[in-house]
Amino acid sequence: MIEIKKETENNYLNIVVNGEADASSSIHLDKAIKEAMEEGHQHILIDCTNLNYISSAGLGVFMSYIEEISEKSIDFILFGLSEKVLKVFGILGLDQLLTIKENKEAAIAAIREV
Amino acid sequence: MPLKVQFTPKFYIRASITMAIIIWVIATSIRILEILATKSGLDLEISRYLPILLQDLFYVFILVYYRFKIRAVESGNFVDLLWKVFATGLVTTVISLSIRLFYDSIADTMLAENEFLDTFLYSLNRALISVFLISTLTVWKKLILYQKSRKLIVYWNVFEVALFASIFFNLTGFTLQEHLIFEILFAILAIMAIILSANLKWVAYLNFKQKWKSVLIIVLITIYIFYFFTYLYISPEEAITNFNAIDDLFIIVVFTFLLFYSIFSLLVILFNLPTSSVFEKKMEEAINFQRLSQSIQQGENEDQIFDVLLNSSMNAVYADAGWIEVTLEQDEAKILSKHISRENINLVKEQIMTSKNRSVIKNPLATNTDSDRVLVGLKKSNYRSVFVVPLTIQNQVKGFMYLLNEVSDSFNKEMISIINTFASQASVSIENFRLMGEALLNERYKEELNIAKSVQRALLPKELDHNSSFSIHAFTEAAAEVGGDYYDTFQLSEHRFAIVIGDVSGKGTSAAFHMSQMKGIFQSLVQLDLSAEEFLINANTALSKCLERTSFITLTYFIIDTEEKTLEFSRAGHCPTLYYDKKKKETKYFQDKGLGLGIIRNSTYKNFIQVNKMSFDKDDILVLYTDGISEASNEEHDEFGYDRMKNLLQQNAHYDPMMIQKVFISKLYEFCGGKDLDDDYTMLVIKFN
Repeated sequence: MIEIKKETENNYLNIVVNGEADASSSIHLDKAIKEAMEEGHQHILIDCTNLNYISSAGLGVFMSYIEEISEKSIDFILFGLSEKVLKVFGILGLDQLLTIKENKEAAIAAIREV
Repeated sequence: MPLKVQFTPKFYIRASITMAIIIWVIATSIRILEILATKSGLDLEISRYLPILLQDLFYVFILVYYRFKIRAVESGNFVDLLWKVFATGLVTTVISLSIRLFYDSIADTMLAENEFLDTFLYSLNRALISVFLISTLTVWKKLILYQKSRKLIVYWNVFEVALFASIFFNLTGFTLQEHLIFEILFAILAIMAIILSANLKWVAYLNFKQKWKSVLIIVLITIYIFYFFTYLYISPEEAITNFNAIDDLFIIVVFTFLLFYSIFSLLVILFNLPTSSVFEKKMEEAINFQRLSQSIQQGENEDQIFDVLLNSSMNAVYADAGWIEVTLEQDEAKILSKHISRENINLVKEQIMTSKNRSVIKNPLATNTDSDRVLVGLKKSNYRSVFVVPLTIQNQVKGFMYLLNEVSDSFNKEMISIINTFASQASVSIENFRLMGEALLNERYKEELNIAKSVQRALLPKELDHNSSFSIHAFTEAAAEVGGDYYDTFQLSEHRFAIVIGDVSGKGTSAAFHMSQMKGIFQSLVQLDLSAEEFLINANTALSKCLERTSFITLTYFIIDTEEKTLEFSRAGHCPTLYYDKKKKETKYFQDKGLGLGIIRNSTYKNFIQVNKMSFDKDDILVLYTDGISEASNEEHDEFGYDRMKNLLQQNAHYDPMMIQKVFISKLYEFCGGKDLDDDYTMLVIKFN
C-alpha cells in the first residue's frame, strides 16, 4: 500500500510518499514523478519520512529518472529516509547518484544553495 | 417338477382373466340349468345367493385384471388411454348390436323363443358391458390420479374401498326402488364420485390437437355408456326374476361415476381449448430456458447461445423481427438478425434514437443505468414497438437484443419478465463458457510456467567449480515458479576461479528473463579472464542495451586464487558479503562502494565501483546471499537483518558450508514463522581449507 500526496510549496513541489513502495505500488510513485517532470518542475522534493519499505521495483522508479534529472539539471532531493530504507539505497549505490538529505530543512537549504 | 409361481403383474393378469372366464362359464351354466330345472319342475336346491356371488366374483376378477393391465400414465399417452377405452367400447357395442340384429333376423322363428339362447346371449352381453365399465373405471382412476396429492389419494382409496364393498351389496337383495338404505348408499357414493370428477388436471397437459381428439373419443364413450345403460336397464315391471341387472349398487355407481367424469372432462376440455396455446407456449418457454442453460455442456460456442436466445425470445413475445448486437472479445462487433435486413436494422436504430416514446424498465439487480431495459414506440416505421434488452456478461454490458413488433405496445409485463430471464440465463451460460475457457488457459499457463521453471533450473550450475583448497555449497529458492536470483562459477585457470552471485530487480517472469541474459553475459565475459572491475564495467555496458528502463541487476563478482590465497572482488550494488575471519575470530561485512548494473548506462559507471583485494586463511568463510534473506520479514514486519546473519555465522563457523547453509535457512524459516516467502532467496557458502 502506498499513498502519494503532492504539495506545491513556494518554489518547489513536495511529493509525500507514505507506506510501502513494492512491485505493485511503485506504479503510482512512477506516475507521480512522471507528472511532476512533465509539468516542468525544477525543484522536486520527495518526502520519504513515512516510507516504510522500498523494493527493487521502487528503487527502479527513482533509478529511471536519474538521467533526466541530470540532463534537465532538476533539483531532485529525497529526505527523511528511515535507516532501513537509506541502507537499501546505499547498498545499491543510488546514494551516489541521488541527492539525499536528512530532513526537509536540509532539503530546502540544498535547493537554495544552487 | 414343482410349479413355481412368480407373483408378477403378468401372473395376476393371466390368473384373473382365467378366473373371470371360468366364473362366467359356471354362472351362465347355472342359469341355464336353472331354466332347465324350472321347465322340468325340479328344484336344483342351489342357494339363490350362489349366482349373485359368482357375478360379484366376476367383477372382482375383472377389476384385478384391469388394475394390472393398465399401468402408469405418462403425460404423452392420455389420448392412447382414451383410445383403448373407446376400442373396448366399440367391440362391446358391435357384439351387442350384432346380437340385437341376430334377434331381429330370427324374430319369427322358433329360436327367438328359445330361453337357453336368450339367457346365454344376455349373459355374454352383460359380461362384456361390465368389462367395458370396469376398464373405463380404471382409466378414469389413472387420469384422476395423474397429479396426485396425499389428500386425493386418501379420498380415492376411500371411494375405491366403498365401491369394492358395494359389489357385494347385491347379496342383501335390496333394490333401489324398495329400500331406503340402497338409496342412501347410492347417494353417498354418487356424491363422492362427483367430487372426484373435479380432478381433471391431465387436461392441461394436452395440446390443441390432442384436446380435439379427446373430445371426440369422450363423446363416443359417453354415447356407449348411455347405450349400455338403456340396454341393461329393465324397468321393474318388465323384469324377469332372474334378470336383476340394474339393482346392482356397484353397477349403478360405476355408471354414475363414468358418466359424470366423462361429462366433466368433456366440458373442461372444451373450455380449455382456447387457452391451450398459452399452456403450450409456457411449456416451450421452459424448454427454451433449459436449452439456454444446457447449451454450454454440449460444447457449443457463444454464437449458438445468442442464436438460441434470439429465437426463444422472439417466440416468447411473438416478435416479428429481431437482432442481437454484441461486442465479443477483440472488440469485434457481431450482429445476429432474424427476419430483418442490415439496412432495416440501421433504419430502426436511428428511429429508436430519435423516438421520444420510450419507457425505461430498471434492472433491480444492477447498479448502473447501462443495464436498464428500454421499451420504445416508433411511429413512421414498419415496427411500432421495440424492446431493447442489454446483455450483461461479467457485470459489463456487452451488447443488446432488439425485439421488434409490428403492433404498438405489444410487449406486456409477462413477456418482459420472461425475456429478462432468458437474457440473464444466456449471460450466465456465456460467463460459464468463458470461465471454462479461462480455466483451461490458466491450466496451460501453469504448464508453461512449469516448463520455464525447469529451464531456469538448468541455468543454475549443477556442479560448482572448485578445488581442494575450498569447499562450496549453494542453495536457492524462488517465491514464484521462476525467479531472478543468479549464481554461477567458472574455473579461469588451474588455481583461479570466478564466482558470481546476482539478483535481478523485480520478481517472476520478467526477472527470470533478465537473469538468463545475465547468465549469457557472465558466460561470455568470464572467458576473457577480466579483472573484477573490468567484468562489471563490461557487464554494465552489455546490460544497458537490453534491460528495461526501470530494471537493474545487482551482482558481486569474485576471483579466488587458491595458489596465492587471495580474493579479488567487486560489488555492483549487491548485498555486502559476509566474511568470517578465523584468525581474528571475527565476522564482518565488506562495506565498500558499488552501484547496480544498468543504473548508469554510460561510461561513467566505472567511477562508482571499487576493487578489493585481500588474502584469506584456512577456515575463513565467505557467505554470499541475496536480499531475499537479509530483508525477509516476519509478521511483525521485522527484518531478518544483517546483525542476525552476522551472529549466526559467528556461532556456526565451525561447520562445513552445507551445514552453515542449513542452519541459516532453518533459522530463516523459524524467523518468518508461517509467513509465505515473498522474494527469491539464494545463498552461497565458501569455506577455505
